[in-house]
Amino acid sequence: MKLELQGMTKKFGPVVANDNISLVVKPGEIHSLLGENGAGKSTLMNLLYGLYQPDEGRILLDEQEVSFAGPGDAMAAGIGMVHQHFMLVPVFSVAENVVLGNEPTNAIGALDLATARERVNTISARFGFDIDPDALIEDLPVGIQQRVEIVKALARDAKILILDEPTAVLTPQETDELMDIMRQLAAAGTSIVFITHKLREVKAVADIVTVIRGGRVIDSVSPDTPVGELASLMVGREVDLSVDKKVATPGEPILEIRDLVVVDERQQRVIDGVSLDVHAGEVLCIAGVEGNGQTALAEALLGLRDVAEGTLFLAGEDITRATVKEVLESGVGYVPEDRKKDGLVADFSIEENFMLDGSFSKPYTRGLSIDFPARKAHSQDLIERFDVRAPSSETLVKKLSGGNQQKVVVARELSRELKLFVAAQPTRGVDVGSIEFIHESIIKTRDAGIPVVIISTELDEVYNLADRIAVMYRGKIVGIVPPTTSRETMGQMMAGIAPEGVSA
Amino acid sequence: MSVLKEIFSTGATRAFLSIVIGFFVGAIFMVVSSDDVGKALETGGVLDAFQAALRTVGDGYAALFRGSIFNTRADDLATALRPLTETFRLAGPLIAAGLGISLGFRVGLFNIGGNGQMIFGILWATWISTRLELPIFLHMLVAVVVAILGAALWGALVGFLKAQTGAHEVILTIMLNYVAISLFTWFIRSPNLLQQEEAGGTPKAEAPALTAQLPQLFPGTYSLHLGFVFSLLAVVVYWWLMERSSVGYRFRMVGHNPHAARTAGISVERTYVWAMAASAAFVGVAGANQALGTQVGYTETIHAGIGFDGITVALLGGGNAIGILFAGLLFGAFKAGGPQMQVLGVSPEVLGIVQGAIVLFIAAPPLVRAIFRLPALSATPRLDKIRASLRRKEAAS
Repeated sequence: MKLELQGMTKKFGPVVANDNISLVVKPGEIHSLLGENGAGKSTLMNLLYGLYQPDEGRILLDEQEVSFAGPGDAMAAGIGMVHQHFMLVPVFSVAENVVLGNEPTNAIGALDLATARERVNTISARFGFDIDPDALIEDLPVGIQQRVEIVKALARDAKILILDEPTAVLTPQETDELMDIMRQLAAAGTSIVFITHKLREVKAVADIVTVIRGGRVIDSVSPDTPVGELASLMVGREVDLSVDKKVATPGEPILEIRDLVVVDERQQRVIDGVSLDVHAGEVLCIAGVEGNGQTALAEALLGLRDVAEGTLFLAGEDITRATVKEVLESGVGYVPEDRKKDGLVADFSIEENFMLDGSFSKPYTRGLSIDFPARKAHSQDLIERFDVRAPSSETLVKKLSGGNQQKVVVARELSRELKLFVAAQPTRGVDVGSIEFIHESIIKTRDAGIPVVIISTELDEVYNLADRIAVMYRGKIVGIVPPTTSRETMGQMMAGIAPEGVSA
Repeated sequence: MSVLKEIFSTGATRAFLSIVIGFFVGAIFMVVSSDDVGKALETGGVLDAFQAALRTVGDGYAALFRGSIFNTRADDLATALRPLTETFRLAGPLIAAGLGISLGFRVGLFNIGGNGQMIFGILWATWISTRLELPIFLHMLVAVVVAILGAALWGALVGFLKAQTGAHEVILTIMLNYVAISLFTWFIRSPNLLQQEEAGGTPKAEAPALTAQLPQLFPGTYSLHLGFVFSLLAVVVYWWLMERSSVGYRFRMVGHNPHAARTAGISVERTYVWAMAASAAFVGVAGANQALGTQVGYTETIHAGIGFDGITVALLGGGNAIGILFAGLLFGAFKAGGPQMQVLGVSPEVLGIVQGAIVLFIAAPPLVRAIFRLPALSATPRLDKIRASLRRKEAAS
């Protein structure tokens, strides 16, 4: 099916999220939408999927104008969407999920599971998916869950498939497999809209690349365009994503983790016997597919989670049972993975957010009162040093872009006296300009002799920053390797296979 | 035009508009329940009925004005101003309770246990004021402090149970209302505890000793007493606590985003305990107003539902100290002016309807926006610009 978008415009108040966007996706084409977070890709797809109504513009399917009041209409017209966060019911089986909302029923109106299984099997067989229709979603690995989402779309005869950042949660191998599937689907005539900000994937799989920036279509180019050129199209200026850093000069081990075990609410061992040393003046990156215990590790370190077994030592001091406040006060800077939930108070001003973990001490308070002049002065200093782009220090944080929000968090944490800096997903949902800045700040921190722990699922980031890489899988460290390790080896380690000669 | 629109979208304007609509709704009820209007409609037709309706509403609200602000029919100024002092007297506990409930809201806690907290404070304050002999003034001061501490303790219990067991504060406060009120009833029905000895009829607590009563500000002229001053002090304390102090900052942090607060090293559980105690302490000021501002004995109805009224005051006040002060004065005026309306044959319940309607409209901002075709609250770029330029001028001068 041919999809054509003409002059799509969507405004949210004064913000123009999509400005006169036109786009043609030919049948059987893999059309990549490339753009930074906040460029307007998701808005455009939500318009197409009927989740938003356009202010202006037309949608044409095979030259016929259509309009969708909701996702139901879009699905009926042959558009399927695989969201970044899966829309699956974890306690339902694959077959039940696939037919959800479109259930086959028998004569008396009961669910016809046999037909549902049949549908799953037919589609799986056609594309070699190898999915058990009776498996429960919660028991499946993320990569397979994503396939279920694809099957779900195909089961409703989707002729156009929208994949929204599909590789964010996959290992490199799973990503390769997904790309194979995409090629097969395209060969069978399905049109695919592939939304991403990862240049490597675009080059690997796309037939054509449309770059979106600031809500506008910047250009449509061939995927053979050099990476540097694609990046500057996406960002709007020359970019250099490699981080300029000198060789590390590691000193004493500052953070010592010994045989750490953390148990979650469901009595699962989310951290299962981890031992690590982090030395002064080095960046240790913890790589791995999301959900393999990295977050729990950071939270246990900070005192947000109870430690079941093992010990944590910071500069010789036992912090295994310390409270969050004690850990912060002993000199740990922490950038949480989900800044909106854990790192910021959206309805607070920038100034108020700077003092989140400083409300007990100078420079923010004097006695029981907030020291407003000192807070303002200190905040303006931080805003300048960390290049936070905001109208004033009293601007509410929710009005800032993702990159500037993250700079507020990073500025707050780096402005304290630190013995250790821990950052989880420091550049997730952050624009390229801010990524450069945050990476530089991290390296500067390292060069000041502070040990740094970076938790990241983005391999590019890991390679850029790391002096050593620890790969986590199912709560264990698979191995610690130098950043010269190949992507292939890393991929295997992220799937839990320790290569020869690598010790955990 | 658009600047005007934006002005209409600020919180204060919204509150004002809600009050206007509230009075309008009240007017409808006055007209519907009026015998005059009905008769006029039967005898003289629609026009007469309309005139009668206008007269009814006009008379009704004029009576409210006379009863709550300025009695135009009085012979001398002192008498003419009495309604205003009554408004102040009755607003005192409403303001204090409103502050307390509002504090809870800002920490993300829905404290509907004001009545129980008041009563628990009053219980111990009554003990002090009727069973203890202390020098004048000191006696009163000790009783006030005990009323506040007692209430705070009852509030802290809610926070503690919530933190320990995860029970919801709404359930806890409702249940503890019953406990506190029943406890108080038992105390005033037990002669060896708080029951007035020579009382006939229903058992009740003794009137507070003269030394423990809140002294009148204009003895002999008005019954306005020191409690109102305590409520005004509470407004100042609330403002400092919530806007200027680091404790209030942490309260607000937990209210806005408990996850971020926990990550920033704040013990959310402990904050709930302190916040509930602080919330109830303000309500305790209302309790002191009630129990020590009276010269006669009382039963458990001394709380007068002010713990619940405080919710409406808090909602209308919009969380800030000045807003709560004015909201309390407004509802105090309703309480003071009701009897005057009754004299005219307008049932004072109309004021309850007005009060309810105001809060309903406050709690349903989209409804008010729809009625007045207002823009959404968040987007006020032009106003922001004007404010910014004013601020710049201020900074320059």
